[in-house]
Amino acid sequence: MSYHEAPTIAATDAPRLEQSDRPTLRFVTCGSVDDGKSTLVGRLLYDSKTLLDDQLDGLASESRTVGTTGGDLDFALLVDGLQAEREQGITIDVAYRFFATRLRRFIVADTPGHAQYTRNMATGASNADLAVVLVDARKGVITQTRRHSHILSLLGIRHVVLAVNKMDLIRFDGDRFAAITAEYLTLAGQLGTSQVQCIPVVAPDGDNIVAASTRMPWYSGPTITAYLESVDVAGDVSQRPFRLPVQWVNRPHADFRGFCGRIASGTIAVGDAVRVQPSGHQAHVARILTPAGECNHAGAGESITLTLAEEIDVSRGDVLTAGSAAEVSDQLAAHLVWFDDEAMVAGRRYLLKCGTASTGAVIATLKHRIAIDTMAQECATTLDVNEIGYVHLNLDRPLVFEAYRDGREMGSFILIDPISHRTAAAGMIDISLRRATNIHWQRLAVDKSVRARLKQQRPCVLWFTGLSGAGKSTIADMVDRRLAELGRHAALLDGDNLRHGINRDLGFSNAERSENVRRVAEIAALFVDSGLIALVALISPFRSERELARRRLEVGEFIEIHVATPLAECERRDPKGLYRKARAGELPAFTGIDQPYEAPLAPEITIDTSELSSEAACERIIRYLREQNYL
Amino acid sequence: MLDVPSTAESAHRGRAGGKQLHVTSHLRRLEAESIHILRETAAEFRKPVMLYSIGKDSSVLLHLAIKAFHPGKPPFPLLHVDTTWKFREMIRFRDRRARELGLDLIVHTNNDGLSQGIDPFTHGSARYTDVMKTQALRKALDLHGFDAAIGGARRDEEKSRAKERVFSHRSAAHRWDPKNQRPELWGLYNTMLAPGESMRVFPLSNWTELDVWDYILLEDIPIVPLYLAASRPVVERGGALIMVDDDRMPLQPGEEPQWRSVRFRTLGCYPLTGATTSTAATLPEIVQEMMASRTSERQGRMIDRDSPASMERKKAEGYF
Repeated sequence: MSYHEAPTIAATDAPRLEQSDRPTLRFVTCGSVDDGKSTLVGRLLYDSKTLLDDQLDGLASESRTVGTTGGDLDFALLVDGLQAEREQGITIDVAYRFFATRLRRFIVADTPGHAQYTRNMATGASNADLAVVLVDARKGVITQTRRHSHILSLLGIRHVVLAVNKMDLIRFDGDRFAAITAEYLTLAGQLGTSQVQCIPVVAPDGDNIVAASTRMPWYSGPTITAYLESVDVAGDVSQRPFRLPVQWVNRPHADFRGFCGRIASGTIAVGDAVRVQPSGHQAHVARILTPAGECNHAGAGESITLTLAEEIDVSRGDVLTAGSAAEVSDQLAAHLVWFDDEAMVAGRRYLLKCGTASTGAVIATLKHRIAIDTMAQECATTLDVNEIGYVHLNLDRPLVFEAYRDGREMGSFILIDPISHRTAAAGMIDISLRRATNIHWQRLAVDKSVRARLKQQRPCVLWFTGLSGAGKSTIADMVDRRLAELGRHAALLDGDNLRHGINRDLGFSNAERSENVRRVAEIAALFVDSGLIALVALISPFRSERELARRRLEVGEFIEIHVATPLAECERRDPKGLYRKARAGELPAFTGIDQPYEAPLAPEITIDTSELSSEAACERIIRYLREQNYL
Repeated sequence: MLDVPSTAESAHRGRAGGKQLHVTSHLRRLEAESIHILRETAAEFRKPVMLYSIGKDSSVLLHLAIKAFHPGKPPFPLLHVDTTWKFREMIRFRDRRARELGLDLIVHTNNDGLSQGIDPFTHGSARYTDVMKTQALRKALDLHGFDAAIGGARRDEEKSRAKERVFSHRSAAHRWDPKNQRPELWGLYNTMLAPGESMRVFPLSNWTELDVWDYILLEDIPIVPLYLAASRPVVERGGALIMVDDDRMPLQPGEEPQWRSVRFRTLGCYPLTGATTSTAATLPEIVQEMMASRTSERQGRMIDRDSPASMERKKAEGYF
């Protein structure tokens, strides 16, 4: 067959939209390998006259050289754009194609059928209103069909066209078509897919694509094109409450401060009251700038710039809302489609992006995994690539959101691996696990306890005090490594190292030593606030200063460890040659020589390294932490 | 209300008066999406730049950037990679637009290539494009430390473009890895970069060529007059009409420039850009002609035809 014989609509002039107020229909095609998705899309492009002469010439010559149709036009070549795809005759990546009929414009995302590329299917579906699911008439509904349909339903696709392809290979058997239809409708019912249209087709020949097939007189329904042209998929987002995720604060000069973003839902007018979430501040809309000029009102989908009558603090990631408030929470339950080759790790930190907001997020628990074939919930500890699960998430800061079923813009998120920067998962928010008790919540305090819970440890300071050469740094370093092995989050503050940086300006006078200790105590306290176990290795010779450090923290957070190696032993070791210098009078005010060391009166732990090896000392400290429930 | 400055191009402008409402609402949706992408780029990157190629897509992109940040100015400069073989009218238009809009314009030329005497006639379009466009662009991005480069490419242009993301990751060597692209869902873009890596951003991904013309008509966007038919000196070479834009073009024996009424569907380096015979001298006439056209815009470009999958290979190497 050459393309000169094939047209099913008159090859006159290129089509041009005539009369239609229907918005562009975005749809996604999915199905298994070799079901003929690319062929179907190629056929739609071909029959809609979207293809131009030079593209057709290219198709004809490529069909001869790399085509899989024995020299006939291979429509799949129109969409398989990557060299590897054409060589292997498969589709690797989602392709976006544009075509128009007289009645409507279309954007189609053609997605691969390979199991390992399921993430691309979810990608294509995320921006689609409708899905065309292909099945091979010989095979009917198979595992891949279920998998794809489930992803479609998770992604909120309510309209599905089931294209039963290769009808010619089952001799246009209407009973078989009816059986496949019945089986799919059962599946759709389980998934809550509200609109299903089943159409028997032969994609390479164009049967029921644009023109009604003469070979299946028993089918009286619409063709693919006729159905796509007429289907109404609009959910009325303008009827929902106003939501504007703030993208960018526009401050060209002192007299203008505009908040830019794309309206997720609802409408807004000059003079309307809005609230800033999560802060809860109230204000009124002063001006609305749209791409078409200044307006009195604007609605969902528009990219606008708002100015407010009141001067209040608004930044990227905030959401301007009107009507009922959006939800705010730092604990969410959500569905995840796992994308990364590296499996999901509960307790690991990912970067979460939702709307214009970004925050650290930890997957607290995987509640269940979903068995694709049966839709059953299974117990699992991890999600592998292409698996779907339901998780609880703890966020570093409160997120303004809505359930995904109420709106994709504010209910969808991605998780990014902070090391590899890969997009690890796509998420759909189900519910908040901790409802804000007050919508005017100023700031949800992500306090120590929240961070400690995220890290699954009790933050504290391990304060190693003792003479120079007693072994403080050695033991602290060993404890630090041991904690890391245990998967705990610690930070080591070494007195000597700090003097190269933050305490570089300090000498060794009593006042400066005291300031040195004060600064280290402050830093350690900040680490504790952020949920860490801080290890401090510092001579800190004076009781009063160590006491101040202890008071800077809450009861139970300061663990004083006296590394009580005797002076004689320290001097014998003299690892840095300091005692020798001090004895020679080259180091004034050296602790233990010409300045006193005030030993702790009641340290939590005492260690004498002349009796105990460093390893044993380390284990003793770890044991203490365990016994006292720090770990 | 957006005071986009008017220009001397008014003689070439069409009027959008008779446009049907549904075309307008379609364009407004595309416009809103593109503005969203431009603002995300400004918000998420340290040092973005807009690649300005002077063509119709660049004109639309620039127009959208001005709208996105109005009443401020776009928070990024424009970068033009000048091969020194652009149509003279393009360069005049470029300089005037940057001046009128008060924008920061960076012009970068690969001086190494220039001093080696690389030109499209003697070195072939593949070598020339690699040195004067691909390598030049990479050098310019590295030189200024730009971490995001905004371009006007559309998915409907070419098959490998149809697979491109809106935010398309590039390695530190500016390579595109088409088999390992980040999935892009909803309007959520993964903008994370490791040191040295960069992003190419395509706000016009979902526009078609016809959308671009409809929008130029709707918004009265100034374009280089070469898009409109006029009598121009051309020679027929390799099945294409090449305009003799200056005396650097070596004429082959028997070649005599002829004055023909032609226009260009895409603009680039004049020796590599084929003209089409046309009498469409106004924007509405162009749109009319477009709708009846049976060839794609890239047909006029010599560089896509060098080898099968040539665009994919060039893109992998860092071509825009």
